[in-house]
Amino acid sequence: MGQALNGVIPVICVTLAGLACMLAEAFRQRGERMPIGGLGLIGLAGAGSAIVLLWGRHTESFGVVVADDFGLFVQLVLVGIGILTILFSSAPIERDKLPAGEYYALLLFALAGMMLMAVATDLLVIFLALEVFSLAVYVMTGLRRHVFASTEGAFKYFLLGGFSSAFFLYGIAFTFGLVGSTHLDRVAAAVAAGSLTGNPLLLVALGLLIVGFAFKVSAVPFHMWTPDAYEGAPTIVTGFMSTAVKAAAFAAFARVFLSALEPLRGDWAPVLWVLAICTMILGSVVGVAQTSLKRMLAYSSIAHGGYLLVALIAGNDVGKASILFYLLVYAVTNLGAFAVLALVSTPETPREHLDDFKGLWQSSPVLAGVLTVFLLSLGGFPPTAGFVAKWYVFSAAISAGQYSLAIVGVLTSVISVFFYLRIVVKMYMSEGPEGAAPPQPSRTALAALAISVAILFYLGVLPARLIDLAAGSVASIF
Amino acid sequence: MAVVPILSLLVALPLVGAVLLLFVGNRDHERDRFIQWAALGISLAEFAATLWMWARFDPARADFQMVERADWIPSFGIQYAVGVDGITLFLVVLTGFLTPLALLGSWQSVHKKVREFSFFMLALESAMIGVFLSLDMFLFYLFWDAMLIPMYFLIGIWGYDRRVYAAVKFILYTMAGSVLMLVAILSLAYMHSVATGSYSFSYEALLTLTIPRHAQVWFFLAFALAFAIKVPLFPFHTWLPDAHVEAPTAGSVILAGVLLKMGTYGLLRFAFPLFPDAAAYFSPLLATLAVIGIVYGALVAMVQPDMKKLVAYSSVSHLGFVVLGITAMNIQGVQGAVYQMLNHGVSTGALFLIVGMLSDRRHTRLISEFGGLKHVMPKFVAAFFVVTLSSIGLPGLNGFVGEFLILFGAFRWNVTFATIAATGVILSAVYMLWMFQRVNYGPVTNPKNEGLKDLSTREWWVLGPAIAVAIVMGVAPSYFLNPMKPAVNRIVSRMAEAEPSKVVRVAPEAGADVLLTAAADRHSGTTGPAPRSAGE
Repeated sequence: MGQALNGVIPVICVTLAGLACMLAEAFRQRGERMPIGGLGLIGLAGAGSAIVLLWGRHTESFGVVVADDFGLFVQLVLVGIGILTILFSSAPIERDKLPAGEYYALLLFALAGMMLMAVATDLLVIFLALEVFSLAVYVMTGLRRHVFASTEGAFKYFLLGGFSSAFFLYGIAFTFGLVGSTHLDRVAAAVAAGSLTGNPLLLVALGLLIVGFAFKVSAVPFHMWTPDAYEGAPTIVTGFMSTAVKAAAFAAFARVFLSALEPLRGDWAPVLWVLAICTMILGSVVGVAQTSLKRMLAYSSIAHGGYLLVALIAGNDVGKASILFYLLVYAVTNLGAFAVLALVSTPETPREHLDDFKGLWQSSPVLAGVLTVFLLSLGGFPPTAGFVAKWYVFSAAISAGQYSLAIVGVLTSVISVFFYLRIVVKMYMSEGPEGAAPPQPSRTALAALAISVAILFYLGVLPARLIDLAAGSVASIF
Repeated sequence: MAVVPILSLLVALPLVGAVLLLFVGNRDHERDRFIQWAALGISLAEFAATLWMWARFDPARADFQMVERADWIPSFGIQYAVGVDGITLFLVVLTGFLTPLALLGSWQSVHKKVREFSFFMLALESAMIGVFLSLDMFLFYLFWDAMLIPMYFLIGIWGYDRRVYAAVKFILYTMAGSVLMLVAILSLAYMHSVATGSYSFSYEALLTLTIPRHAQVWFFLAFALAFAIKVPLFPFHTWLPDAHVEAPTAGSVILAGVLLKMGTYGLLRFAFPLFPDAAAYFSPLLATLAVIGIVYGALVAMVQPDMKKLVAYSSVSHLGFVVLGITAMNIQGVQGAVYQMLNHGVSTGALFLIVGMLSDRRHTRLISEFGGLKHVMPKFVAAFFVVTLSSIGLPGLNGFVGEFLILFGAFRWNVTFATIAATGVILSAVYMLWMFQRVNYGPVTNPKNEGLKDLSTREWWVLGPAIAVAIVMGVAPSYFLNPMKPAVNRIVSRMAEAEPSKVVRVAPEAGADVLLTAAADRHSGTTGPAPRSAGE
C-alpha cells in the first residue's frame, strides 16, 4: 500500500493544501486577514519536492497512474503555474472582493485534478481528473458573482464543458466496448494487434475522444466558449486557466494519442491537421480585431494551442519534447501577461481595453516593460524563450515532413505579432491620460514577475539544458 | 597565447553598456547629458574595437578568421559560432563607425527618454554586429529577428508624425519575409541530419550539403524573399520610404547605413553560395528587379518634395546597383557590390545627418521651404556639397569606385542590364544636384532661413569623419578592396560551378509538376531520398 501511494504523493500534497485552505477560511473571523495563500504555497512546495524525488523512477500506483518523467514534467509546470498564480493573487483578490479561502481551495483542487490527469494511464481516471479540475475551474470563472459577464462566461463554459465531457465519456464507452478495458496499455495492445483496423466503431471512439480533448485545449471549431469565459473570469483566473488547463489537457492528449492510439495515426492525424490549421489561422486573425485585451489574449492562447497541436501531429521525439518545452514557456509567458493585466487595473481605473493602456510606459515603466517582454515572447521574438519554443515546434513539424503546418505556423505568428504590437504601441507610443494613479503592485507580485522574466530570458539564451531535459523525459515513456 | 575573443567582445560590448545605462537613475532628465556621453563613449570604444579587429585581420586569407565556437544547443548541433572574413570585416567597421555618428547627430534632437533611446541604439548595434559575424544559421536568425525590436521602438517612439504606422509596417514586412527563411533554415538543418545523422546549423557545414535542385529552388526563394524585402528590391520597397521618413535621424542613418546592407549581405553570404544552381537560375530575374529598382528609384526620387523621402528613394536606386553587382557574380561585380554597400552607408548616412540638421533648425524637410542656404550657412553647404558628390559617384570620391566596378562586372555578364543601370548614374546626378541647387543656391526666398546658424563644432564632428572617409575611400580604394578579394573570390569560384542549366532543364519540361513532386518528396520525411553529401 505504501509503495502504491508513492506515485500520487504530489497530488495528495496539493489536495491536502486545498483542504487546509478550506478549513482556514472556515475558522477565519470576519474581517480577519489570514495568509491563506501561504498554505497553498507550502502544499505546492511539497508537491514540487515530491516530483523531484520521484524523477526518473517510473513509479506506478494502483495500476492506473504512472509517475513517469513526461507526466512529472507536466506536473512540475503545473506546480510552477500554481506558485506563480498564488504570488500574483493577493492584490486582485482584494480588488475584486473574491472570497480568498474558496479561491485558493478551488485553485488547489483544480491543480490536483490537472496533476492527476498528467500521470493517469487509464481513460476513466483521465476523465475523473478532467471533471475534478473542470468543475473547479467553472466555479472560479464565475467567482465575481456580482459581475454579469463573469456569470455568463461561467455558465457558457459549464454548459459547453458538460457537453464535451459527455462526448469524451461516450468515446471512452466505445473504446471499452471494443477493447474490454479502459486502460491505455490494453487499448494500445488491442490497437497494435490490428484486429480493430477499419472498424467503424473505433473511428467513432477516436472522433469522440478528439472532440473531448479539442474542447479542453480550445481548438477551432470547439473554441467558442474560450473568449467569453476568459473575458468573464477574474483576470488572474484567466491567466491560470489559459495555461494550466492547456498543460493538463495536452499532457493527456499526447499520452492517449501518441502512445495508445499511435498506430491509428493515419486516421486521426488528418483530422488534427485540419484542426491545427483552423486553430492557428482563426486564433491569430480574429485576435487582430479585438479591442478588449482579455479577448485578444484569449484568441492568442487559441492560436498557441494550434502551435501545440502542430507539435502533437509531428509526434516524433522532437515533437513530444517540444510539447513539454512549449507548455512550460507558454505557461510562464501567458500567465505573466494576464498577471500584468490583473495588476495594472485599480478599482478607480480598470484597465481592460486597448485604450486603457495608453501611455502606461509613462506612469508605470516597470509593468509596461515586463508586459512588453511577455508580449514579445508570445510573438516569438528572440532573445526570449518564446522564440526558442516556436523554433522547437516548427523544427518538429519539419522533421516530420509537415511543411504545410510549419509554413502556416510561421505566417500566422506574424499576424499575431501585429496585435501584440498594438498593445506595445498603446503603451509606448501614445500619450496617456494625465493624473491616472499608477498601480502599486505588491512585492510578492513583483518578485513573481521578476522570476518569470528571468526564466524567459534564461530559456531564450541558454535553452540547451531544458531541451535535453524535455527530450530525456519523453524518451522514457513513448 | 591567450587570444582575446574579440568578436564576442564586439557583440557583447554595446549590449552590456546598454543594459548598464538602464540602471542610471534619470527621473527628471538631470542625467541626460551624462547618458549621452556614456552612450557615445561606449559606441566609440566599440568603434575602436572594430578597428582593432581590422588590424588583426589577415588580408591574405579567404576563410573565416578569429573564429570562436562553443556548443550552444548540442542536441540540435547549434553552436555559438562567430567569425569574420573580408566581406564582413568592413561591414562591421561601418557599423562601428556609423553608430557614434548617429548618436552624436541626435544630441539635440532627442529630448524625451534619452536613456531608453541610448539603450535601443546600443542594443541595435549589438544585434547588427551579431548578424554580420554569425557563422551559425540559428544564431544568424536570432540576431536578424532580434534586431527588429530596437528599430521598431526607435521609429515608433522617437519618430515623426506617422511613426506608429511606419514602425508597424517596418516590422511586419520584414518579419513576413523572414519567417519563411526560418522554415528554409530548419529544413536545411533537417536535411543535414538526414545526410549525416546529426543536425547542424553551421554555415560551413551546410555549404558542404548537396541539395537537390528542386529543393534549392524553394530554399532560394525563401531566402531571397527575406533579403529582397530587407534590401529593399523593387517591388518590395514600399516599407522603406515610410520607415525612413518617419524615423528619427539616428534611426534613418542606421537603417540606411547598416540595416539595408543586411539584405544584400544575406544574398551574397547565404542565398547565393548555399543554393548556387537556383541562384544562377534566378539571377536574371533578380537583376531585372534590381535594374527596375535603379531606374524607378531614381525617377521617383527626382519628384519628391521632401528631402528625406528623396534620399530614401535614392537608396532604392543605389541598393539596386549592389544587387546587380551580386547577380553578375564575377570578381569585379561582387567587389563593387561590397564596396558600394560601404559607400552607401557612408554617403547616405551623411545625407540623412545633413537632412536631420536642417530639420532640427527649421522643423521641416520640404525642399521648397529652403533656398539660398549658401549665403547663410556656407560651411554647411560645403559639407553638403562633398556628400552630394560622393553620393552621385564623382571620381575621386567613394561612390565612383563602387559604381564603376559594379558596372564593369555587369558589362562582362550582360550588356543590357549594364546599359540600363548606367542611366541610373546619370539620373542620380540629376536628382541629387537638382535638390542641392534648389536648397542651397539662388536668393534666400524664405525669411525664416535668414537667421540659420552654420555648423556647430558638434556637427563638424558628425560630418567631418564621414567626409574624410568618403575621400579616403575614393582615392585609396585598394586599401579596402584588397582584404575583400580572397573572400569574394571564394564565393565567386563557388558560384562558377553552379549549373543553372540543370534547373532550367528540369523546370520547363515538367513545369510545376516537378516542384510539386519535389515538395511531396520532402513531405514523405524520413522515408524520402536522402540528399547526397558532397563527399560522394
